[in-house]
Amino acid sequence: MLRIACPWCGARDEAEFRYRGDAGVQRPAPDAGLDAFYAYVFERDNPKGWHREWWQHVHGCRRFIKVVRHTVTHEIAAVGRPEDDLAVPE
Amino acid sequence: MDRYSGFRLFAEALRGHLGWGPAWRDAAPKPAYEVVIVGGGGHGLATAWHLATTHGITDVAILERGVIGLGNVGRNTTLVRSNYFLPENQRFYEASLKLWERFEQDVNFNAMVSQRGTLNLFHSDAQRDFFARRANMMRLEGADNEFLDKAAVLRLVPMIDADNGRYPVLGGFLQRRGGTVRHDAVAWGYARAASARGVDIVQHCEVTGVLREAGRVAGVETTRGTIRARKVVFAVAGHSSHLAAMAGFRLPLETHVLQAFVTEGVKPLLDVVMTYGGGHFYVSQSDKGGLVFGGATDGHNTYAQRGHLPVVEEVLSAGATLIPSVKRLRVLRQWGGVMDMTMDGSPIVSATPVENLYINGGWCYGGFKAIPAGGMITAHLVATGKPHPVGIHFGLERFRAGRTLDERGAGPYPWAH
Ligand SMILES: Cc1cc2nc3c(=O)[nH]c(=O)nc-3n(C[C@H](O)[C@H](O)[C@H](O)COP(=O)(O)OP(=O)(O)OC[C@H]3O[C@@H](n4cnc5c(N)ncnc54)[C@H](O)[C@@H]3O)c2cc1C
Ligand SMILES: [Zn+2]
Repeated sequence: MLRIACPWCGARDEAEFRYRGDAGVQRPAPDAGLDAFYAYVFERDNPKGWHREWWQHVHGCRRFIKVVRHTVTHEIAAVGRPEDDLAVPE
Repeated sequence: MDRYSGFRLFAEALRGHLGWGPAWRDAAPKPAYEVVIVGGGGHGLATAWHLATTHGITDVAILERGVIGLGNVGRNTTLVRSNYFLPENQRFYEASLKLWERFEQDVNFNAMVSQRGTLNLFHSDAQRDFFARRANMMRLEGADNEFLDKAAVLRLVPMIDADNGRYPVLGGFLQRRGGTVRHDAVAWGYARAASARGVDIVQHCEVTGVLREAGRVAGVETTRGTIRARKVVFAVAGHSSHLAAMAGFRLPLETHVLQAFVTEGVKPLLDVVMTYGGGHFYVSQSDKGGLVFGGATDGHNTYAQRGHLPVVEEVLSAGATLIPSVKRLRVLRQWGGVMDMTMDGSPIVSATPVENLYINGGWCYGGFKAIPAGGMITAHLVATGKPHPVGIHFGLERFRAGRTLDERGAGPYPWAH
């Protein structure tokens, strides 16, 4: 069970949130070409370790938040607003 | 291979069952092989068996980091069926169901193949229309099914609460040829039959690196030393991205966990496999009497083979809504397995950017039923270099080409499939 500290609402149960995927993915420029868009839409690092990801507080403030979570221990190292550049631990 | 038979059982019983011997060789790795298969799950073992029997390639090693059968092949809820919507998927899963029907004869191993039927319930007019369409798609590919009204459903599964206020049961569709197969026996049966044909099953051998020479695969680095190979196959279920990273490419998938549960044993209650259409819950009764059930994935990337409580609550409440009497049972065990969830929810059996390196993966939560045909098409691809006609749509190139096989129409969101 995760407890996620929403920057706006405070620590809440995982059941209030919806997962929204890898937050490291960047939309390419419109003219970046097929390969760049293929990688953007489909390919993921899918690391066994620290992962920067989006969650949405659907049963709370409904905002998107950024979370740094470990995909084996499920430890959460940092939570921030969408614009925050969160460091990933070593 | 010493054949198993009724006569043999009788003869061994007279000798106090001291003559059986191990079912397969626990091999030490040789320095080089024609084909190295990474992962001793159902798909790795089936691929080895098909390479040895269909293609006569026996210089093959299966490298398993733990012991065979402890991955998803031994963690799933044992359901086999071919009731898919997309023709490409339906064709493949129907081929697999046909192979299940002869599996025990093929490998000479009792896997308790039980075609008890799979029943999918529907609860609204829209859901009925969609299921009717799915049933018609199945028939176009030559698979069996029957459409049942509410009364017929209740004759089959009288214990359900069909009139529950929230999701009343309107009917269901039944595939009588669907059912269950004892999952451990699938691993053991393939292992024994492949080993007897000369395949080396190497346990406690984790692959830690992939050797490449001039853009081609040349072997693997392992915890038991370097093993060279002309061809390498990844069949590592939830760890495909991890292995792909060792070979220098990325895959269109994420790793997610799926949970399963089993209750204490009770007298016969349910003799089909049943799937609830109003929430995430499906259930069958094992031969020991326990209700084996599961639901949806936990919904976030994870490599942890355990589940979170919100999904436990969701699955148990859906189950209690459909079958109120289960509330009196205790759940004995709960576990999780980590799976490749692809961007379209369909499998990947494919060549890769590295020459002579192949992948069998992306099985999502439905790859147990796929094991016999998955092994067949992977072996074909490895042996001939060309995709098998039944698996021609499962190549990696489909994503770039815009030919995704999105069974649920959910888009490129692995947790939504
Ligand atoms: C709870 C649950 C219920 C399911 N229910 C069903 C069902 O009812 N019906 C159905 O059709 N499907 C079901 N599935 C899906 C099905 O179990 C899988 O899709 C299928 O078993 C995956 O293929 P496999 O058997 O080859 O995988 P696995 O058995 O997981 O094999 C992969 C192997 O690779 C090994 N490995 C990983 N990394 C390395 C490495 N670096 N070096 C060496 N070895 C490595 C692992 O140890 C593992 O043994 C379920 C899955 C789960 C988790
Ligand atoms: Zn909030």
